[in-house]
Amino acid sequence: MRLRLKPGQRIGAAVLVGLAGFAVLEWLLNAGDPAAQDLANAFAPPSLGEPLGTDQFGRSMLARMGAALRLSLLLSLLCVTTSASLGIALGVVAGWRRGLLDRVLSFFLNLLLALPGLVLILLFAGLAPGSLPMLYLAISLVLWVEYFRVVRAIARGVVASPPMQASRMLGFGRLYCFRRHLWPAMLAPLLSLAAFGAAGAILALAALGFVSVGLKPPTAELGLMMVELFPYYSDAPWVLAQPVLAVFLLVLGLQLLAGKHP
Amino acid sequence: MIHLFLKRLGQAAFVCWSVGTLGFALMRLLPGDMAFRIAAGRYGYDQVNLAAAEAVRAELGLDRPAWRLYLEWLFDLLRLDLGDSLVSGLPVLGEILHLLGHTLLLAGAAMLIAILIAVPVGLFAAFRAEGWFDRAALVASAFLRAQPVFVIGLLLLLIFALELRLFPVAGFDGARYLVLPAIALALSMAAVSNRVVRHSAGAVIASAFFAFARVKGLSFAQAFVRHGLRNGALPVLAFLGIQLAGAIEGIVMIESLFSWPGLGHGLAHAVFNRDVPMIQGAAMTLGLIFVGLNLAVDLACHLVDPRGRSDE
Repeated sequence: MRLRLKPGQRIGAAVLVGLAGFAVLEWLLNAGDPAAQDLANAFAPPSLGEPLGTDQFGRSMLARMGAALRLSLLLSLLCVTTSASLGIALGVVAGWRRGLLDRVLSFFLNLLLALPGLVLILLFAGLAPGSLPMLYLAISLVLWVEYFRVVRAIARGVVASPPMQASRMLGFGRLYCFRRHLWPAMLAPLLSLAAFGAAGAILALAALGFVSVGLKPPTAELGLMMVELFPYYSDAPWVLAQPVLAVFLLVLGLQLLAGKHP
Repeated sequence: MIHLFLKRLGQAAFVCWSVGTLGFALMRLLPGDMAFRIAAGRYGYDQVNLAAAEAVRAELGLDRPAWRLYLEWLFDLLRLDLGDSLVSGLPVLGEILHLLGHTLLLAGAAMLIAILIAVPVGLFAAFRAEGWFDRAALVASAFLRAQPVFVIGLLLLLIFALELRLFPVAGFDGARYLVLPAIALALSMAAVSNRVVRHSAGAVIASAFFAFARVKGLSFAQAFVRHGLRNGALPVLAFLGIQLAGAIEGIVMIESLFSWPGLGHGLAHAVFNRDVPMIQGAAMTLGLIFVGLNLAVDLACHLVDPRGRSDE
């Protein structure tokens, strides 16, 4: 089946492709070191050599923005893939088979929902400060809940529907039923959820960096860059504007792509 | 009614248990010997020696098996004994209570402003659906929603504190300090909820029962107050429950940005300092606030909607 994008979703996709393209091209063509300092050249305004200027240590903003965008995009992609596969697998099983597993998982889910996501991520960040794998684990742990809820609800309805019952009675296997009945029903809401989830992951990473408990300097990370550059606002507002604009565009693009909230 | 309380009570218990367990694990994972660290907290890092550490170990029984220590840790939680902060050495409970007041003040002010923005904007947009005001509200909401709450705070800070110098930058010393953080938080909340108000009011106005009320001769205002408000309020209340998680997360970020002496700032600070008892206390209190607010939403739904009550 083909997915048809609405105009708003197309704009969102275009924004994201642009940002990802910038991140990849910067990596391929420029390959500057985001941590290389040049103190004599701090806060250089944008020029031909440094199209985005330099920060308080004379580090190339082009290289840093490229690295930060790659980090955010890769982490969100990884978190969404992990949490979506986990949530879909468990949701299908729970919605299809019902029984004990469904009850255990739903119980566990209600418990997880009792703590705001960011607080849980902060706790895990406390477990191993500055560690990217831990952040990845914590964000995925918070995100999978949504997929599970949505997939489970859809699976319950579809399994009880006449077309699926007919397929079962005609002797088609589980895999066929999943591909023919369950998957098409859940694809659209899942894509929407994935876009929201990616935005959530990007926001969580930036938020942790922003309250200085996420990744440690000199990592180029959007939230961390905002706090680091904020004191120099009056010297170089254009440098501070870059990470702010990047987060804004990333989240706006993902939300446009997601379309209406499910 | 009882069922509502029991469900939320179970969640509250889980918050305490999970945060307590994580806190226990955190305490073991900190680098260095635990007895030595506690002794250093008591006597200062210059005075501490092996004998003092051994004395602390014997006194607190730290050489006993981990499961006993774990049970004792949970038992202390039950008695609200959260231990002493590793940084200041003061009891965590007292510090938490001090921070809690500031957080509740900020959260209350933000929610009030959010309601004052979202309800009029949403209702007016619904009364003139698809008009210029509705479209403007949609664009403004999408724009605000696309930025994390700390960027809204940062922009407010740059414009009103640094450029115009109307409000102080950070800290807490009177009502003037409350304005910017509360508005930042309120804007991010109202950005979504005004659309929910608009949609639920729009659905009510388009409904058959509303049309019937108009046909039988009620004016628009009479029909809306008598038949529209309650029906429109239900989806808004239900959505409020979902939005609360975002509000708590927003509090963590906004408090850190404005150095507001509340729980969120305390939590971020404690994570930065690896002050485990404080992490545990702050996270637990934020979790409990969240559960408590959810209970309040449940109760409000229960009061507004008589249909849910009939099946008991």
